[in-house]
Amino acid sequence: MLSKKQARAFFLGGTVVTFLIFIGLTIYSFSKSQDQSNDENITEAVVRGKKLWEDNNCMGCHTILGEGAYYAPELTKVIERRGEGYIKAVLTTPVDWAPNGRKMVAYGFTAEEAADLIAFFDWIDDIDLNGFDTVVSPLAKGEN
Amino acid sequence: MKYKSQKVAYWFFALSMLLFGLQIIYGFIMGFAHAGFDGLHAAIPFNTARAVHTNLLVVWLLSGFMGAAYYIIPEEAQRELVSVKLAYVQLISLAIVGVIAIVGYHFNYWEGRKFLEIPRSLDYLVVVNVLLFLGLILVTLFKGKRRTTTALVLSMGLLFAALLYLSGMLPFDSQVKDSFFRWWVVHLWVEGVWELIMGGILSFLLIKLTGVDREVIEKWLYVIVGLTFLSGVLGTGHHYYYIGVNKIWLIVGGIFSALEPLAFLAMALFAVNMYRKGEKKHPNKLALYWTLGAAIVSFIGAGLLGFAHTLPQTNLYTHGTLVTAMHGHLAFWGAYAMIVLAIISYSLPNMTGRKLYESTRGRMAFWMSNIGMIGMTVAFGVAGVVQVYLERKLKMEFMEVQKQTEIHFVVLIICATLFMIGIILYFIDFYKHGKPTNEALEVQPT
Repeated sequence: MLSKKQARAFFLGGTVVTFLIFIGLTIYSFSKSQDQSNDENITEAVVRGKKLWEDNNCMGCHTILGEGAYYAPELTKVIERRGEGYIKAVLTTPVDWAPNGRKMVAYGFTAEEAADLIAFFDWIDDIDLNGFDTVVSPLAKGEN
Repeated sequence: MKYKSQKVAYWFFALSMLLFGLQIIYGFIMGFAHAGFDGLHAAIPFNTARAVHTNLLVVWLLSGFMGAAYYIIPEEAQRELVSVKLAYVQLISLAIVGVIAIVGYHFNYWEGRKFLEIPRSLDYLVVVNVLLFLGLILVTLFKGKRRTTTALVLSMGLLFAALLYLSGMLPFDSQVKDSFFRWWVVHLWVEGVWELIMGGILSFLLIKLTGVDREVIEKWLYVIVGLTFLSGVLGTGHHYYYIGVNKIWLIVGGIFSALEPLAFLAMALFAVNMYRKGEKKHPNKLALYWTLGAAIVSFIGAGLLGFAHTLPQTNLYTHGTLVTAMHGHLAFWGAYAMIVLAIISYSLPNMTGRKLYESTRGRMAFWMSNIGMIGMTVAFGVAGVVQVYLERKLKMEFMEVQKQTEIHFVVLIICATLFMIGIILYFIDFYKHGKPTNEALEVQPT
């Protein structure tokens, strides 16, 4: 029968081994040859766009890369779906945008801020998402 | 209660209940908005309600865990807490940081990073607060007469939770990396170190409530937390399938997260078996309800419902949909909310001296909240499946699909009302126990 000492060894051993593998895999997936996060194309506009994204908690309603809340549309591949003009209009409008009655806060961003957010979305669109992009993109229509 | 300083736990539990009540109110705001009634949009837009709802959950659970530690550690270490005064300082500062964060969310003072919306400047205050808490707990433990496995596992969980929080404070320019390391906090908390905390509390409660030998319970505690880490650490991979990192995570995440339900199953079997084995039945039946309930519901919510969308082939379609909310609600309720309610139900009579062990109100609180939460989970699940099918498979427009799901949110609100009535009954029970008193100091039926 299992003793308490063996049980403890199982716990400590298992934890240390899996943590080491986990850290190893983390290093592996961000190594130059394996990285697919589109890291090399991050521009200053993208960084500013990401900051706006965070400062306004866009993730509190939308999802991006499938993460966030489920109250407003997924924004991965949004440029492909809607086009830049539409997105710019939504971001800069001074009144609540309310497609089909569901309201978005009227952020009234400046043209520069809107351009930064669009740069951010554009950068997102070039990340290799292991196929998730085809689920949320119109280009995949009929494929699934 | 055996030590005077255990009384400090009461106030952490009281704070916990207050925040829990508020959390439910914000949940209703979101439920109504989803059902098409967003009258509060101008004052409390959805993203505010959402950040408040999830952060209140985290803070009330943490406050509950801290209260549990302040109650359990003196009893396990067999000595008073090293400083009661500092514990109150920690309580008040926790409440202040929490209030600033929650109020700030109404004024765009936040960081839109799911679950970790607390802005960096406040993060430092959180760190100081948690360091103070850990200092008090660990010093008490190491100055104590004995160091039990239960106390060690609980303290280890709290310590690792604090350490992992730091990885969420790392700054990244890349959304992918930001997200990747955010899960080091969120996933490794809820499917890792928080289970140590849960396991520690569960083990303490089982020792007290069933009278089974400590050695037996603590041996199995090691096995269960071992299984948790073995599956949970690499199971983090299920968050990495589709966020822009290597395909290796599809395999690693798929295999190890498929094992995660086993850890929860082991926990449920462990609790039920210890209860069956126990010869001495503690008179506090309500605490027993919540304790066994936590072990069983966490297996359903975290184990089974998590498994329902954890395989890469399924998650490709369910990632970023209401299916996640379905799993999230029952998992948090079963694993963490119920264990906090269990330790409160156990310790309140001991701290206040009012032995309200068994009452219709207490049982109603248990059943109504559980049935309500299961109903909510089903409503989320149906809405989630509808969303996946119409939006991801048939490629319908987002808002067209949302219109279709409104009715499920009406059902959700009805179930949430039942849930809330149950919780209100629990609050009444809490209130009826009165304040903690030194008169309650005695040799308890352990």
